[in-house]
This record gives sequence, C-alpha cells and structure tokens, in this order.
Amino acid sequence: MLRRTLGKAVLATPLAAPALAQSGPVEISFWHGLAQPLGGILEGIANQFNQSQNRFRIVSSFRGSYPETMVAAIAGFRSGTAPHIVQMFEVGTGTMMAAGRAIKPLHELLRETGVTINFDDYLPAVKGYYSLADGRMMAMPFNSSTAIMFYNKDAFRRAGLNPDQAPATWAEMRTAAARLRAGGVEIPVTTAWPTWTQVEQFSAIHNIPLATLDNGFGGLNAELRINNPLMVRHLNTLMEMGREGTFRWGGRDGAGDALFANGSSGMIFASSGARARFVRELPGGIANLGVAMLPYYNDVQGAPINSIIGGAAFWAMNRGPNAARSADENRGIAEFFAFLAQPRVVAAWHTETGFLPVTQTAFREVQATGFYTQNPGADIPIQQLLRGGGQMTGNSRGIRLGGFVEIRTAMQEEMERALQGQQTAQQAMDNSVTRGNVVLRNFERTNRG
Amino acid sequence: MEKKVYFKGIALPYLLLLPQIVVTGLFFFWPAAQAVRQSFLREDAFGLSSQFVGFENFVDVLSDPTWLDSAFRTLIFSASVAVLALGVALFLAVQADKHIRGADTYKTLLIWPYAVAPAIAAVLWLFMFHPNIGIFGRMLNALGVPWDYKLNGNQAMLLIIFAAAWKQVSYNFIFFLAGLQSIPKSVLEAAAIDGARPMRRFWTVVFPLLSPTAFFLLVVNLVYAFFDTFGIIHSLTQGGPGKATETLIYRVYTDGVMNLNFGSSAAQSVILMILVIVLTMVQFRYVERKVHY
Repeated sequence: MLRRTLGKAVLATPLAAPALAQSGPVEISFWHGLAQPLGGILEGIANQFNQSQNRFRIVSSFRGSYPETMVAAIAGFRSGTAPHIVQMFEVGTGTMMAAGRAIKPLHELLRETGVTINFDDYLPAVKGYYSLADGRMMAMPFNSSTAIMFYNKDAFRRAGLNPDQAPATWAEMRTAAARLRAGGVEIPVTTAWPTWTQVEQFSAIHNIPLATLDNGFGGLNAELRINNPLMVRHLNTLMEMGREGTFRWGGRDGAGDALFANGSSGMIFASSGARARFVRELPGGIANLGVAMLPYYNDVQGAPINSIIGGAAFWAMNRGPNAARSADENRGIAEFFAFLAQPRVVAAWHTETGFLPVTQTAFREVQATGFYTQNPGADIPIQQLLRGGGQMTGNSRGIRLGGFVEIRTAMQEEMERALQGQQTAQQAMDNSVTRGNVVLRNFERTNRG
Repeated sequence: MEKKVYFKGIALPYLLLLPQIVVTGLFFFWPAAQAVRQSFLREDAFGLSSQFVGFENFVDVLSDPTWLDSAFRTLIFSASVAVLALGVALFLAVQADKHIRGADTYKTLLIWPYAVAPAIAAVLWLFMFHPNIGIFGRMLNALGVPWDYKLNGNQAMLLIIFAAAWKQVSYNFIFFLAGLQSIPKSVLEAAAIDGARPMRRFWTVVFPLLSPTAFFLLVVNLVYAFFDTFGIIHSLTQGGPGKATETLIYRVYTDGVMNLNFGSSAAQSVILMILVIVLTMVQFRYVERKVHY
C-alpha cells in the first residue's frame, strides 16, 4: 500500500521522477477492463514482463467493464491522473483516434524510443483496425476477437440435423432453425452483441458499407448507411424468425451468451472470446460445442468476405491536458508493448483464452503444436478473418466512427422496437441512421479543432 | 411557541455550522455549480476543446422528442412506484399493528428489504423473472404467458415498477407503523363506542391522523422513484427494450457517462434540478396546507 502511494507521488511530481528512477524501477500504470479469469491471465503477463527486466514495473489495475475503463481513463486525463496504458475496446477506437494530445500515438512512441515491433506480422484485419489511412499504427493490438457462430451439437442431433455441418447461409439457417424448433429446442437461434454480429459484422462480410468514407476511416464527416436494402432485408429475416419462434432476442451486449451457455439455445452468434465460457458451462462441454463461421446470403454478389475484429487494444496516454510523459516512461511503455508482440506471449494468450492469435508467427507456432486438431473449431475465427482471400475492402477493414458507443445503443433500441412489432425494419434502420448521424455530427463538431 | 436561543457574537454559531456548510458546499453546491457551467458548454470527451454555446444544449434537450418521452415515462413510473409502495406499506402496517401472534417476526421480515442495495434487489428480481433463467419467468412461459421483458416494453416497465416499489415498501412500512402506534387508543375507543365499524374508523380517524406521515412519505417516494432507482433500472433493463424503461435520471447517466456527451447531460441535470426544486416548493406550499395535522 505504501509503495503504491509512493508510486503515485512519484508520478505526480515530475521533478522527483528522474532522481528516483535511478534507485528503482519506473512504474507504468496499466488500466484494464477484463474481469476474472481473463483479467488474472492478463495481469500474469504483465508480471512476466516485470520479472523479465528490472528497469520498469507495470502496475496493473482492473477498472470495471470496457465502457467503465474508458470513462475512468477519460476522467483520469481530465484531472491529470491518466494511466500510462489503457485497454480500450474496439468501439472506443474512433473516440481515441480523435483524442489529440490525450493519447501518444504508437508510431510516435516507437519512433522516439527506438523500439521496433514488426507490424507486418500482424493479421491484416487487426493491424488495419488500429492504423491510420497511411498505415501508421495508433494503438497496440492485443486481445482481438471476432464474431462467430456456436451451435449445440446435441440439439442438432435431437432435431435430426448433421452435428458436424453447421448451416452456412441464411437460407440454411432458417431451415435448420425450423427443424430445431420442431425438435423441441426452446430457442433455435439467438445472438450476443446484437449490433456487432447482426449489423456491423453482417455488413462487413457482405461487403456493404456501414458508413460512408470507408466506415469512417476516411474522416470525421462520415454518415451511416445502414438503411440499405440488404440490411433491411436481414432485419426482416430476424423479425420473421422472431414471429415464427425460431429467433429470440437475447438482450443487449453480452447478455445473450447465457442462453447458449445453459443449453437452451441451439445456435448463437457471439464473440470468439466466449469460447472459454461455453467449454466450461455448456452441458456436454467441449464435445457438444460446434463452431462455425457467420452465415451469409448466397445471392449477394461477392459475399462472404472477411469479418472484422472486436476485443480491445492498448493505448498509451498522456497524464493530463498539460503533462507529457518523460522519456523513461515512454521507453517503459514501448518495451512492454514489444514484450506483448512476442510470439510466445501472443500464442499463450490465444490458447488460454480463445481470443485471436494476433500475429501470423504465433498462429503458425500454435498450428505446429497440434492445438487445432486437439481443439476443433479453435481456428474458425482466424479462418473467417481471412475469408474471401483476406483482401480487405473499405467495408471490411473495420469501423472508425466517433461516439460509436452511443450509436450502438441507438441501433439496439431501434432493433428492439422493430422486433416488438412497433415499427418496420425500414423504419428501424432509417431511425438508426438519423439518430446515429446526429451523434456523428456532434462528434465532428467537438473534435474539429 | 418556538423557543429561540441566541448566541453572543458571530464566531461561535458559524463555527458550529462550519462542518455542515463545508459538506454541503463540497458535495452539493460545488458539483451543482459545475453542472450549471457545463450545461452552457460543448466539449469533446477529453476536455481538450470547449466552446460556449449559450442555451443550445437546453434547446436540443427540450426539443428532442425522445427526451420528452422519457419525461412522460418518468412521471408514470414515479407515480406508479409511489402509489404501489405507499398502498402496500399502509396495508401491511395496519395488519402489523393488530394484535397478532409473531408480530415482531413479521415486522422484522418486512423491514429487511430496505437493507438490500438497489443493485442486489434488481439481481434478485432478475433471477425470479428472467424469461429463461428466472423461476417465475419460466413458470409464466410454461403457463402460456409470453413473458419476455427483454423484448416487451410494457413487461419491462411493470418489472422495474414492482422491483422499485418492493424495495421502498419497508421504508414506508416503518413510518406508517410508527404513525399508527402514535395514534391515541382513546380516540379509537371513543369512535368504537360511537358505533363506528373498523373500516369507518380507519377512514375517518386513522387515515386523517396518518396524513402528515403519508404526505412526508409521498415526497420521499417520489424523490426515490426519480433519483434512487438508477441501480434497479441499470441492473434489470438498462433502459430498454427500445427506450421503454429509460427514466430521466437514467438518461443523464447514458448521455453523460456512456456517451460522454457532457454538455447535454449537464443540461438535463440542471433541468432535473429545477424540476425537483419546483416540485418540492409546490408540494410544500399547496399540498401541505390541506394535510390534516
């Protein structure tokens, strides 16, 4: 406790820092938003870094959920006590990119400290998400995931479906869902993270824009485009399935996971990071857990292509509006990032948690150990990220929209109203666009300067 | 009537008042002043650029149809919670005031829910009424009632009203019971001798004598429903589905904390502040006069 207080005092008085840096390690504060068991595994990695050298010490602290961590970091910056490193979920990327001197762009940090990380080795989808249009990296990718489909093999068997073959298209989905329903499965299809899986990922794999200017990568003046015919058609599909009793709204954000974990749902769209939980909780365990790629409409030209990533990345932050970091502190941050890029660290995190192996070297190393043959389906997320040849388009590179947390909430609300029968699919998507664009314009206005 | 005490000099009374003034200033006036200041500004999330926009935030909020919907919804929610919590508590208090066996146990059990934190209370209700993992939720579905508060706005509203009222019943119960016990037995006996039946005794003697308590509780319950139900809504519905359970206070949270839209959020809290000041003034000025003391 005393040490921690002392550490804070050191950070608060820049004059004293160089004097103490010679006598002890430079402390680097690191705020993350992962609950147990993931948080513990993450902090374990930070401890490994601490033991690997004696110049820097990472002080990890759990700050609640992803949105709470984001809010805490922003409040910290406003009061001059921001952490050196913050874990930020992908939805906050647009906000962080536009954060000006609140953040220390990764490319700048690496250039100033002379630390090198080979980003060519990173999966294109991961690298693209956190880089500027010209390819310069803004944040350190770490725990990336993507949306995939999990299915209950036992439920498939009971319904007379082949448990080794998941439906690949939406037409097949509906047939399979109807069979599951007839076979007594309470909830044939549900979803976690509804807008992420059914709007954002859906748009990416069908190569249609979520927003103009390459989903916001091209500038702050992007506008939402989700009221397009395909998106409306898809929401209609979900609404029809809802009326037929083959699709159940599982709630916002990650709430839907519970419906699959307790065995009442036959198929779910969820984060690949949910794998660890399903293996542990699903009745029948891993033998009962089917993993497949997201389904698509096969009459859409060119579909499917790669899905996009979710999860979080690490951002280096400045302490406050008028306080930059010392060279020592920046050096510590950069070296910790370089540690995180090591194939062995990436591979261990991937196999322990179900998040993606973010570098190609780590993926090959894990492949060589035979992990994927022992854990069938564990490589589905990465295959899906490379689907369609891995050539990303402006629609499948990612999303870079400011205020996206708010836009997601608006989309979820409009979808809920549509699924309740209070409005049509077209109205839901039109309203989402109108409300989302208000958020985008406000963000553009406050971040112009 | 009133007994007044005068202090000599100025220093001592102010010194005695100081702790209270410091606490009020630090935890009420200063944040309130900040909110007022913020409500005239438009800032980015990190506070790097800020722009004075006059009343624009207020105009935006008041002309937003979804905010007006929230305001109307909050009125319905608060009134329902207050009526339900007061009604049930009064009924229970009247029963507990009778000479029944195990009255103490009964009273203790009724007071318990007050000690439960709002978030815990919400989780309790979630485990009872979740359509898939809740006991009663499953039961309702098995009985053929299509219960799914995650997608049915009215059911969600009903659920948070019940959860919020349940939590407040204990508090009301304690006050009503104390109120009942302070009614002189002689008055009731006199009424009984005059031939008034229990129901009549209740409405003509007990209820008027309870009205100061009831009035006080009405104010407390409305303020509770307005401001202290955040935890319940947050844990049960997060304001959804759609915006079916988004009350004004929940909206201040969503816009300020989740959406980092400080100007709008501050403007909303200033509006709430004015609303509550006006409401309380009206209640104390006009309604209190009609209360029988």
